[in-house]
Amino acid sequence: MAASLRELRQRRNSVSATKKITKAMELIAASRIIKAQQKAQASAPYSRELTRAVSAVATLSDVEHPLTTQIENPTRAAMLLITSDQGLAGPYSANVLKKGDQLVEFLDEKGLDIDAYVTGRKGIGYYQFRERPMLGTWEGFSQSPGYAEAREIAQTLLDAFMKPTDEGGVDEIHIVYTRYISRISQVPEVLRLLPLEVVEADEDDKPADPGEMHPLYGFEPEPEEVMDELLPLYISSRIHYCLLQSAASELASKQSAMKAATDNAQQLIESLTRQANQARQAQITQEISEIVGGANALADANAESE
Amino acid sequence: MAEKTLKVLVVSAEREVWNGDAHQIMARTTEGEIGILPGHEPFLGVLAPCAVEVFAVDGNREVVAVDGGFISVEPGRHVSVLSEFAKLGHEITLEEAEKELYKAREELESAANEGFTNRDPELEVRYERASAQVRAARRHQEITG
Repeated sequence: MAASLRELRQRRNSVSATKKITKAMELIAASRIIKAQQKAQASAPYSRELTRAVSAVATLSDVEHPLTTQIENPTRAAMLLITSDQGLAGPYSANVLKKGDQLVEFLDEKGLDIDAYVTGRKGIGYYQFRERPMLGTWEGFSQSPGYAEAREIAQTLLDAFMKPTDEGGVDEIHIVYTRYISRISQVPEVLRLLPLEVVEADEDDKPADPGEMHPLYGFEPEPEEVMDELLPLYISSRIHYCLLQSAASELASKQSAMKAATDNAQQLIESLTRQANQARQAQITQEISEIVGGANALADANAESE
Repeated sequence: MAEKTLKVLVVSAEREVWNGDAHQIMARTTEGEIGILPGHEPFLGVLAPCAVEVFAVDGNREVVAVDGGFISVEPGRHVSVLSEFAKLGHEITLEEAEKELYKAREELESAANEGFTNRDPELEVRYERASAQVRAARRHQEITG
């Protein structure tokens, strides 16, 4: 009985230590979400202006650009998976990976080969364990992605896109990322990055007034060359956007996972405390009954001997 | 000519670098130097790595180091200068920028010596960014004295 009491107390102590850790992680994640949101907001003017410029060039000049033209029979597609570097973020990475598998299946049915590019240690580990090939991996920035990283990824993907298909180039690029909706809701999504559909208004930008006309621009150099410059920037900016959204989602997911863990730990502590108290009480009761029993036995023995 | 000033917005990929009213902007596109005054026609130009100068209405002159990107003039709206790594002149420390420039130049040279025919574009970008920052920092020092 005594061993069990000690065991219960030990378990209670270890659970309360865990609770402290998860509580701290929850608070850290919560404070980082705010930072991630600020970063996303700070990058908004850039992507807004860029989208405007790209759509101005696209609507004003009939530029046929390799990045915007749909290839008739695509045979190979690239997929960029954005996952987290750390675990303990609930189903965050698992959801992205699941979405990625769905995309692979979907593209497979269309007869496309898939090249995988992965960011985040969790995704890389998942692919390595299953011995699936990855053409590019990045890690170490899932919680606070900078623009430089986005640019590096964009460069790699663009190179793959510009290569001829028979030399291992890809015809389409898809990104699987997690859209941040609120602290409680984050949804994994697939975005087709290339070929671009510049004409369609982007969901995160304010829809342009239908009556609004773009003025006649002077271009310097020629519109084609302006487009050549703008589109890679646009792509980097899209990837940056996806990374920022995913970072905010990861943190939000982490916060709610840690909150659940903290609540569970609290419950566990309460029930363990109750069990420990019961065990202690039982021990006391037993001791008393043993003493009383012993005293009675002694009294009986004395009465008999007289 | 109703507009007497330009509304200017300078943004980098990660944040808004500067915004305000200005009398004039000087920049360099891939085709050459360009000055933009209020009432300029709609314009979209690709920037060369350079130091963009903004003559603000409060008399200050802001120097922004840009590594490419573009400038867009839209009448009735604003002039926007977009560059992935735009930085204000006073945010740059000249020594650091020079050090970076020196490093990038050395790497470029050693790559050339080893006989790489196709130069590393990433390295060139770094070199140009650094040289634009050095120019901007120097210009900023000239202006502020």
